[in-house]
Amino acid sequence: MPPSEGYECDMFPDYVAMYYKRIFPYNQYFRWLSYGQDLKQCFQKREFCFTLADDVYVRFLSFKDQEDMEAEIKKRCPHKIDIGAIYNFRPKDHKTVTVFSPRSKELVFDIDMTDYDEIRICCSGAEICNKCWKYMTIAVKVLDSALRQDYGFKHILWVYSGRRGIHCWVCDASARMLSQAARSAVAEYLQVVKGGDDTNKKVTLPFKLHPSIKRAETIAKKYFTEVVLEDQDMLGTPERWKKFLKHIPDQGLQDTLDKLMPQCSNSSQRWNIIQSEVTKAINKGDKKSLKKNLLTEIILQYTYPRLDINVTKGLNHLLKSPFSIHPKTGRVCVCFNPQKADEFNPMNVPLVR
Amino acid sequence: MAPQSVSHIDMYESTPPLYLLPSLTNTSTLPQRTLVRMEFGGRRALRRKRIQAEASYSSGLQFYKEPPTGNVSLTEFDEMAFERLKVLRAVERLNLSGYIKNSEEWITKLYEEFAKNKFFIILAEKNTKSNTDEVQKARRQDHVSHFILRLAYCRTEELRRWFIAHETDLFKARFLQATRIGSDIRNFLAINNLHYTSVPFIDALELVRQRKVFLKQGYAYVPETDLATLVTSSFRSKLSHDMTTTCRALPELDSDERLVNLLHDFDQRYTGKDYSSKKHGDTCRITPDMIDTLANKSFPPCMRQLNDTLRTTHHLKYNGRVIYGLFLKAAGLNLEDALFFWRSHFLKNMDVDTFDKRYSYGIRYNYGKEGKKTDFSPYGCIKIIMGNIAPGDVHGCPFKHSDVAILRQRLVAYKVSNQVIDEIMELVNKRHYQIACQRYWESIHGVPIDAGINHPNQFFEESQKFLNGGVQPSQGKKQSEVKTTPTFMYSSQSSTQSSTQSSTQPSTQPSGGNTMTVSEEIDMYFDDDIEAAMLEQNSCRED
Repeated sequence: MPPSEGYECDMFPDYVAMYYKRIFPYNQYFRWLSYGQDLKQCFQKREFCFTLADDVYVRFLSFKDQEDMEAEIKKRCPHKIDIGAIYNFRPKDHKTVTVFSPRSKELVFDIDMTDYDEIRICCSGAEICNKCWKYMTIAVKVLDSALRQDYGFKHILWVYSGRRGIHCWVCDASARMLSQAARSAVAEYLQVVKGGDDTNKKVTLPFKLHPSIKRAETIAKKYFTEVVLEDQDMLGTPERWKKFLKHIPDQGLQDTLDKLMPQCSNSSQRWNIIQSEVTKAINKGDKKSLKKNLLTEIILQYTYPRLDINVTKGLNHLLKSPFSIHPKTGRVCVCFNPQKADEFNPMNVPLVR
Repeated sequence: MAPQSVSHIDMYESTPPLYLLPSLTNTSTLPQRTLVRMEFGGRRALRRKRIQAEASYSSGLQFYKEPPTGNVSLTEFDEMAFERLKVLRAVERLNLSGYIKNSEEWITKLYEEFAKNKFFIILAEKNTKSNTDEVQKARRQDHVSHFILRLAYCRTEELRRWFIAHETDLFKARFLQATRIGSDIRNFLAINNLHYTSVPFIDALELVRQRKVFLKQGYAYVPETDLATLVTSSFRSKLSHDMTTTCRALPELDSDERLVNLLHDFDQRYTGKDYSSKKHGDTCRITPDMIDTLANKSFPPCMRQLNDTLRTTHHLKYNGRVIYGLFLKAAGLNLEDALFFWRSHFLKNMDVDTFDKRYSYGIRYNYGKEGKKTDFSPYGCIKIIMGNIAPGDVHGCPFKHSDVAILRQRLVAYKVSNQVIDEIMELVNKRHYQIACQRYWESIHGVPIDAGINHPNQFFEESQKFLNGGVQPSQGKKQSEVKTTPTFMYSSQSSTQSSTQSSTQPSTQPSGGNTMTVSEEIDMYFDDDIEAAMLEQNSCRED
């Protein structure tokens, strides 16, 4: 996002100081991270990381109680606060113990708009706008339903990261206790879009679709026309549709479709043609490379949440704290209601000034 | 095998639970027989019951829950272990020859191999009503040899990893075979207390990962056909846990030189070259100005691709930096040169300050100068092939992770002849990525390489060896291996951190003294230097 209007970087330290002094919700924040447990076992062993001026990171901070935390935050005025894991010892004493390792943490997810660059035309890199933000809306719906229905998690906190992404904190006790192996399995279960810049087709599905994929497809289909075809106009120019057609693993069909594309006037019409031609070809069944789920695969490649799964896998991975300020935009990391994800507008998020 | 095994136990009822107890402490006479008792856990009250259960093996398949007891002669000790090692090698060879693991074909091939060599496995799995002595003996050999190899392979992270991986494969093959020929799996499951139908999802992680189970409210509903996966994963996690326990207990064994020598000998004899413990004198040094030339001549495609990207965009994403950085380190680039090399590229996009702040830490980290201060070892093929590739990444195995058309284009650009490209495409199609890479090596050098390709650094070294000395690549290997075919430890070297730790400080416990939980250990297979990742996290949030 471009620096928000009225946001001056030079004044940032003063704004943050003011924010910490007057607004930061210490009490709610402290109550969340205590989980109603003994302070010694939970809150005091939690790692915090402050980012001070000039990108100086101070890791392995920990606090005794709410007053201690409040005083420290007010004193140092961190430009950014990250939350880490709960360790076997108080993180601030980590140098005095031989075995220091993370024991539990919320199950977290991180989705970044940057990973959507190949499927958006409106912005790139750290920029976002209301058009491409709809991808995030889809991501919230798909992930939230999977976490609740498949895994049975109930305490899920969705947070806007302050600039170009969203975070999800699953706070159920069972989620916090998950091992690294379990986190990695959950992350990969939810990672459907795979492959780097050398892979055109990043979604490959088995013949029989998993229920979670079917559910994601149902959600995605509601948005596909509006987001992919209208807003992002992914079939709008010869260059774009050529890229799109590369997902069809049959050169002959690609060529046929490429010739048909100029006859239509917009992306939606072109998509209709692609759908009908692909379905026809699949039903004919003479091309082995064309699998039954090709259209679903294409739809999901353009809509399925693109997770940064390393964040989810690592038990001791730091993640920017809710209610921290994003140093580049001045926006507050606010929570939002996943049920009303459609209404959430990152441009209206309060910023310090 | 000593039939009187049971009676010996009472002699030790009063001794503290040792892990291996030689009958004679006077080693100068080197007696032919030694008492070997492997005891893990030391719950003496249960012991008697346990021994009775072990007296006869009712199932051909074992979960190796309890260590064996009784007499084993030193010769037997060696022979049994050696035979089991041959079995595991057979599994390994088959995996590398490109059959799809756990496929019908794979199992058939494996059992053909077992039958050809008359391995004990065949006899142990014989289904006879009477359970003849021979069958019992083979089952006992199965049991004992497994535990001996545990001792030999628990010492370092990478040995453990190799052993666990291949024992698990072997177990799964045997489980599937038992299902195939209709053996009494129920009996085996009942004996070992394994029950599955709907389980908490954390008990079926492998199936969850691959989206092979139906999940509802945190429970996984496992179809009968996927039972093998579940049983295997329990097997794996149990073995993995036990191996760390065994390792911690290993110092108890030090007093018996005979066994120590035998066991040491094992991994000395059968381990391939270790890139992590390489001394500085071992490799020729390379300097930044040589890299581009070397990349074209001797780098494997995966590394060449990273170098090309770095040359054109002057940036690599985190995983690319780690993989390429470690590869260069092992190829002989020292820290100063590495900093110079990365800086020279990155400075085209940023100022010195930013580079120093964000990237030089990571480079120094790779060389063990920051954070955990571990000298990380480079990624092997398996780790690169199994790696996770996200949009924007250029690392990974080009034979696996590139689209066919792009791969073809690239090979054309690398001046590979059309005929070879077609062969490579065929191999890629059958998912034989390492063999495809081997074919590529052979085509650019014009000679065969028998050892195969298992590690990018091996690719590079064999190439350099050939180009500089004209040595036939396979010869150097054969001299060092005495009894077995070239081993493929490169592939099991996927991990980095603990292997180096244990090799530099053998006295400490695995993973630098941490008590490692099973899950952590399994997970390291996928995901190691988390600290570095975390650091990255901090810096790239702002990118």
